[in-house]
Amino acid sequence: MPIKVVIAKPGLDGHDRGAKVIARSLRDAGMEVVYTGIFQSPESIVRTVVQEDAQVLGLSSLAGGHLEYAAEILALLSEEGDSDVLIVLGGTIPERDAAKLLAMGIAAVFGPGTPTSRVVEYIRDHAPRLRPTA
Amino acid sequence: MARITNVSEPAVSQVLPAREHAWQTERLHKDHQRLPPRRSRFTTLSGAPIKDLYTPTDVADIDYLADLGFPGQYPFTRGVHASMYRGRPWTIRQVAGFGQAEDTNRRYKYLLAHGETGLSTDFDLPTLLGYDSDHPVYSREVGKIGVAIDTVVDAHALFADIPLDEISTSLTINGSAAVLLAMYRVTGDERGISGDLLTGTIQNDILKEYTAQNEFIFPPEPSVKLVVDTMEYAAKCMPRFNPVSICGYHIREAGATAIEELALTLSAGITYLEAAKKRGIDPDALAPRVSFFFDVHSDFFEEIAKLRAARRLWAHLMRERLGCRDPRSWLMRAHAQTAGVSLTAQQPLNNIVRTTIEALSGVLGGVQSLHTNSFDEAYAIPSEQAIKIAVRTQQILLHETGVGDVVDPLAGSYYIERLTKDIEEQAKALIEQIDAMGGLVAAIGSGYVNQLIADSAWEQQTQVEANDRVIVGVNDFVDDENPSGMDLFELDPLTAERQIRRLKEVKSSREQRRVGEALRAIESTACDPRKNLMPEIEEAVRARCTVGEVCGVLREVWGEQRPSTRF
Repeated sequence: MPIKVVIAKPGLDGHDRGAKVIARSLRDAGMEVVYTGIFQSPESIVRTVVQEDAQVLGLSSLAGGHLEYAAEILALLSEEGDSDVLIVLGGTIPERDAAKLLAMGIAAVFGPGTPTSRVVEYIRDHAPRLRPTA
Repeated sequence: MARITNVSEPAVSQVLPAREHAWQTERLHKDHQRLPPRRSRFTTLSGAPIKDLYTPTDVADIDYLADLGFPGQYPFTRGVHASMYRGRPWTIRQVAGFGQAEDTNRRYKYLLAHGETGLSTDFDLPTLLGYDSDHPVYSREVGKIGVAIDTVVDAHALFADIPLDEISTSLTINGSAAVLLAMYRVTGDERGISGDLLTGTIQNDILKEYTAQNEFIFPPEPSVKLVVDTMEYAAKCMPRFNPVSICGYHIREAGATAIEELALTLSAGITYLEAAKKRGIDPDALAPRVSFFFDVHSDFFEEIAKLRAARRLWAHLMRERLGCRDPRSWLMRAHAQTAGVSLTAQQPLNNIVRTTIEALSGVLGGVQSLHTNSFDEAYAIPSEQAIKIAVRTQQILLHETGVGDVVDPLAGSYYIERLTKDIEEQAKALIEQIDAMGGLVAAIGSGYVNQLIADSAWEQQTQVEANDRVIVGVNDFVDDENPSGMDLFELDPLTAERQIRRLKEVKSSREQRRVGEALRAIESTACDPRKNLMPEIEEAVRARCTVGEVCGVLREVWGEQRPSTRF
């Protein structure tokens, strides 16, 4: 079974070059990828993760909304009983915020210039193996 | 380009090719064997193959008078003004915007105090997307990457103490641009500055939003109609203001090549003017106020050639295709910004060097105004210290290096002229290809343009990851320099709360009946595509309607554009 990943753009941030490049590289690496497109609310992202039964959620943020959106998505996922989803985040993230994101439960933060191969490797190594039946 | 060399024509056509061939076989190939080239294939950043050397042979098809001419004259390859930067230095225009209007107003004053010569505004995402600061989901984005503007009351605070009749202002907004254009005019008017004294530019180039920047609200068709409305309105009410700045910048940043950037930008320009022409508006009434905005990326020569090619191609299109007779319609005035995507998070001070070189290509390419990025922008919006260095970079270029003292100093370079011609021809071919698809709106609708840009972005990423292209500090010369010591900008966390409070105050103090009437008038006019909406939008702004209220009515009438999920 291929690893299933949702790549999502929370909020109004339109910078989607990175999200699309990552989506493509994960697909090329054999994963099953769903890209939500821009303008997603935390609710719609969590709904997609649940509906797609995804093991991994990749959030892309380049407009400063990362702390608020990540916190809300984490809370909604745990309400859904989906707290085992591996959540990674990429974008323009100040160091001080990267530390906060990791502390709140984001598994990894990838900044500008990260090779896509490192993201692929990280997801391969850390994606939960089996989806528990809810 | 035999005619611009000091080599006589017979020598070029007869002697030179033989001598060049001999040099290649006798000297160059030997060098290649002795010293293998450091790359297997040399190309421009856009992927066009480049030779070791360019000679008069490479420019034999270029005619000085027809293809280059003189600056300030058709086809404007050498620049839009005869004396260029001697008489009129480029405008140092740094985009700024964060927090509430007062915060951005303070940064304007800081920039002006350090020698900036034009203002430029970044709006926050709710404003750009036509939502108010009290939106239940999007309120958390208030003031983050730009200034929060809900009503004309905020616009007054944004421009407080700024002499709008003396300084030009650029407004970086698209989906909700019509509202902000009216706000700028009303702000001036309520301060006693008439519309004909206002100078500046509003971005208002909606087509690239669907393919690159992604700040669209309505579907393309009514959006293009609204752009034409604003052009017509500005021509009447604020004739010295540029109501549209057609952008290649975001297309390039999204991953397009220089050629795609150029073709898609000019194609958008043609689309707006042809839509106006269909409504019976003479292109000569609008074209002189159409301005442009390009990226200046990291390939130094390619960017210079791109800007020169852009002016020539636009001049031809305006004169031949649109049938413009006013010479002011032919000339392309352009703003440029250094490439945000070229900034690295690694070893961030290196970004000062990158930005300097990119800015230099903008100057040598003949732009009218310039934004230099700050070195810390791979992390956050710039700190005061970083943005000051960015302003100083332009001042050093203008005052210390002599690059602005001669008009178009690289003209006649065999390489630059060849590259200029090649980029022009390839961009022209892509414009024709888009025409064959039914025009830019159709090409966007089919997904073609988004795929084109995504494929180019992917190609560039692949090159970097294969180490085909070195990015210093990223895939080579990597070290463990820790950027955490940087003094990054931090937004006051109470910004949204304060802005929402102000919005409440404005809403409770305005005349409700007038608000209701203004919004109903917008609704009924929006249903009739033959009517210009701007008078109704201006009245709504005067009545203290919010950006969200006006766009909300238009969302009801026109619907929303759905985002793409392709990758």
